[in-house]
Amino acid sequence: MKAAAVARDVAARLTETDSIGLNATLDWSADLLDREAARVDAMPAPMPLHAMPVALKDNIVTIEQPSTCASKILEGYVSPFNATAVERLRAAGAMMACKANMDEFAMGSSTENSAYGRVKNPIDHSRVPGGSSGGSAALVAAGVVPVALGSETGGSVRQPASFCGIVGVKPSYGRVSRYGLIAFGSSLDCISVFGNNVANAAAVLGVMSGHDPLDATTSPIPSLPLAPVDLPDLKGLVVGLPREYYPADLDPGVRAGLDRTIAAVRAQGAELREVSLPHSKYAVPTYYIVAPAEAASNLARFDGVRYGLRRLKDGDDVADMYRRTRGEGFGPEVRRRILVGTYVLSAGYYDAYYGKAQAVRALIAEDFRKVFAAGVDLLLTPTTPTPAFKAGEKADDPVSMYYADVFVCAISLAGLPAMSLPVGRSQGLPIGAQIIAPMFAEQRMLAAAQVLERVVSATEEVR
Amino acid sequence: MTWECVIGLEVHVQLGTNTKMFCAAANSYGEPPNTLVDPYTLGLPGALPVPNAEAVRLGTRAALALGCTVHPVSIFARKHYFYPDLPKGYQISQFEEPLATKGAVNIESPERGPISIGVTRLHLEEDAGKSLHDRLPGRTAVDLNRAGVPLAEIVSEPDMRSAAEARAYLTLLRQLLVYAGVSECSMEKGTLRVDANVSVRRLGEPKFGAKAEVKNLNSFANVERAIEVERARQIATLEASGRIAQETRLFNANTGTTKALRSKEESHDYRYFPDPDLPPLVLEQRWIDEQRATLPELPAAKRARFASVYGLPAYHAATLTLEQPVATFFEKTVLAGADAKAAADWILETVLTVYNESGTFPVTPDRLAALVLLVKAGTVSKQAAKAVYGELLTTSDEPADIANRLGLVQVSDAGALGKWVDEVLAAHPGEVARFKGGEAKLIGFLVGQVMKKSGGKADPKAVQPVLQEKLSG
Repeated sequence: MKAAAVARDVAARLTETDSIGLNATLDWSADLLDREAARVDAMPAPMPLHAMPVALKDNIVTIEQPSTCASKILEGYVSPFNATAVERLRAAGAMMACKANMDEFAMGSSTENSAYGRVKNPIDHSRVPGGSSGGSAALVAAGVVPVALGSETGGSVRQPASFCGIVGVKPSYGRVSRYGLIAFGSSLDCISVFGNNVANAAAVLGVMSGHDPLDATTSPIPSLPLAPVDLPDLKGLVVGLPREYYPADLDPGVRAGLDRTIAAVRAQGAELREVSLPHSKYAVPTYYIVAPAEAASNLARFDGVRYGLRRLKDGDDVADMYRRTRGEGFGPEVRRRILVGTYVLSAGYYDAYYGKAQAVRALIAEDFRKVFAAGVDLLLTPTTPTPAFKAGEKADDPVSMYYADVFVCAISLAGLPAMSLPVGRSQGLPIGAQIIAPMFAEQRMLAAAQVLERVVSATEEVR
Repeated sequence: MTWECVIGLEVHVQLGTNTKMFCAAANSYGEPPNTLVDPYTLGLPGALPVPNAEAVRLGTRAALALGCTVHPVSIFARKHYFYPDLPKGYQISQFEEPLATKGAVNIESPERGPISIGVTRLHLEEDAGKSLHDRLPGRTAVDLNRAGVPLAEIVSEPDMRSAAEARAYLTLLRQLLVYAGVSECSMEKGTLRVDANVSVRRLGEPKFGAKAEVKNLNSFANVERAIEVERARQIATLEASGRIAQETRLFNANTGTTKALRSKEESHDYRYFPDPDLPPLVLEQRWIDEQRATLPELPAAKRARFASVYGLPAYHAATLTLEQPVATFFEKTVLAGADAKAAADWILETVLTVYNESGTFPVTPDRLAALVLLVKAGTVSKQAAKAVYGELLTTSDEPADIANRLGLVQVSDAGALGKWVDEVLAAHPGEVARFKGGEAKLIGFLVGQVMKKSGGKADPKAVQPVLQEKLSG
C-alpha cells in the first residue's frame, strides 16, 4: 500500500477522534502526514516498518512539531534535533503521525495532569485512559494508529495499555536510547511501545533498540530482532506467580482475567510456580523518592533563560524571574514532585530518604534476580489492581493515584523488561496481564506473549 | 602574640581538549558569544552528556603528574544551583568518588626550606558559562561558549603557611601541568583559576581557625597580595577581640582589600547526587599505568639530570628546566656538538630573552651549536661571537661564513702577530723599558695594545707568548 493512502486514512481518523473529544493529540497536520508519506514512498522498498504510522508521546522531541511535555512551560517549543528513536523509526519507513497528549512531564497515572486537558478512555469516555502516556494509548485503542510511542518511568505505558485494552511493552533499561526523550527520572526512563498486537509492538521495539553513542546508558548488546520467535506453545517454560502481586483485595474482574490467563499458560504446557518478591511492597514509596529527586534535578533547566516560557515583570531580579516562570509554567503535580525531590536531596535528609531509597531499590532488584536465577523464566501478574477508574475519582488524592502503579513500579526500579497484554474485559472494561522477564530477555517475553495473544481473547467478558 | 597563617588552594584548570567535557561542541577561546554551543551545552530538553575520552585522559595525566592515586572507578555527580550561565541548573562534577586523591608536590619555601604540599583530590567537571554584567545596560548577558569546557579541580591540603609558599606551590603546579601537556594554564585567559582558603591561628594552636574562601584572584601576584591582605585582616580582627566568620570573600585588586560575598550559613545546598545519565567512570589499571609510563620527564627529574649528566650549576639546571621547550632546545644544542656549559650560558644570556617575550626561538639549536663550537675552537673570540650571533638572527648563513665575511676570525699565527707586536713595541718604548725594569704587570697593557692594533682579530692567548719572546730577545 502506498504511504500516501495510509497518511490520508490516518488524517481522517485523527480528525474524527479529535471531533469526538478524546483530546488524545496535541499536534498533528494533514500536511505533515503528506510530507511523511512522500518521504516514505520515495524510499527503496521493502522497509521493515513501511508506511507504519506512529503516534509520539509529547516528551519525545522532533524537529517538525512542538514538544511540550503537555506543559505550559514548553508551550510552542520546537526541538532542533530528533530523538534517536524517531530517527531510527523514520529510517525504517515509519511515518510520524502526531504528538500525543500526556500527563505533564509524564507525572501522573490518569492523563488528567495535562496542561491541555484530560484524555478520555476510548472504551468509556467517563473513565481515564491511564497515564502518563494516556494520549498514545487512547490513539492505539481507538484504532487511529497501529502503534504509538510512550515512555515509562514507573509504569506509564503498561498501566494505560491495561486500562485501554492494548499491548504495552517496556524494554530493559538501556535497550532503547533516551536521547531526545525529555527526562523525568533518568535512571528509570524508558521509551516504550503501544501496539494493537504483539507483532507490531515488537517490530517497533526492534527498530528502536540498540546502542546509541549519544546515550551513555544504552547497553552495547545487539539490537532486538524485528519479530519475536514463533513458538507453538509454552512447553518448557517456568512461569512464576509472585504472591505479593495477588492480594486478597484484588478487583474481582482483574482476578478473573488473571485466572483465565493462568489457565491458558498451564494449558500451553508451561510449568507454574508460586514465588515471592518480598521487597516489592516498598516499591511505591521507594519510587516516589527516587523519581521526584531525579525530576527536581532534570526540571531545573526550565528556568526561562534560554527557551520556553519566561515570566518577568518590571523590577524583577533573576530570582523573581525563576519564581514567576516556574510557578506559572508548571502544574500542581509537577510542582509537588519538584518540592519532594528537592527535599529528599537536601543536606541532612539525603541519607534518610534518597540514600535509603537507593538501598531499598537494590533489594527490590535483588528479589527479581534471585527468582530468575532459581529457574523461573517469566513472571505473570496483574498490570493494575483495578480496571480504568473514573475521571476525577483520584484527582484530589495523590497517594491513592500513586497506588494505581503498585504492580508496575518495582519492575521499573529493577530496570527489567515487562509488558501488559489484554486478557479480556470485566463489565466492559479491559483487564491487563503483566509479563515480566529477566534483564534483556525481551525476546522470550514477546514470544510467550504472542502465544497467549493467540489463545486468550482480549475483548471477551470474564467472570 | 605570634600568629600562623594556614592556606589551602583550590585550582581549576581547563583541559586542552578539542571538544567539551560531555558533548561535541568545540572547546575554544575568544570566539563570538554563543557560537560554541550545541543542544547539550544549551541544556535543551532531551540532550544527554557523553564523557569526552580525551578529557579523561588529560585529567588522569594531570593527576599522575601531581603524584595522585588515580581510581579505577569514579562517579560523576550533579551539583545544583540556579544561575543564568548554568544551563541545566546543575553542573556535572565529581563529589564523593573523585578521579584521583592523595597526591603531593615538593616546593622550596622561602621561610621553611623544602616542604611537601599535599594534593587532597583532583576531580573532573564541566565549566559554567559567563555572565556579562557590563555588556548591556541594566541587563545581564550570558555567553555559553565556556559552558561545558572540561575542568580539573585540584584541591590542596591546608599545608601552606605564607603567601610566598602559596605562590611557590602555584608556580610548581602550573609547571607540572604544562609539562604534562594537559593545559596551557593561563590566568589571563582563565584556563587556570585560583581560590584561596585562608585562616589564622595562634602559633602552636592545634585547631584551625575559621577560614575565608577568597575569590576573584586573577594573577599569581594577586593571589599573593590577597592572602597577605586577608591574613592581616583576620589577625587585626582577632586582636581587636573580633570573630572570623566562615565566608566567601572577593578580592578587589584596585583597593587591595577583601569583601564578604556570602556567609556559609546562606551558602548553597548543592544537593549532590550521582548523575543517572552517566555510568561510573571505569578505567583499567593497565591503562592508568600506561598513562603514568608515558608522562614526559617532569621538572624535578629533568633538573637533577641536567645537573648530573651535563655538570651544570644548579641555577643553570633550574632555569633551563622551567619550561619544557627551553630544556629541549638546550639538549638539541648539546646534541649538535656544543659544550653543555657554554650552550647553557648562551641560552640564558641571549636566547631566553627572545623566548620569554615571544615564545619562539630566534635561532635553531644546530646554528647555535656551530657558533659555540667556533668559540671553543678559538676561531672567533667570545666578543666577536656576539657580533656573529647578531647576524644569525637576520641571515640564514652558517656562523663560520658570517665570521669570515665580517673578518672576525682570530689571528693566532705567530708571523702575522709578530708584525703587530713589533709596531706596538716600537710605539711604546717607555713601557717596554719599565717592563724590562721589572714592572711585569705592564704585559697586560701591551697585549691590549696589540689587540687594538689588530682590530680585535688577534687571539689574546697567542699574543702573549709572541710578546714575551720579543721582549726577552
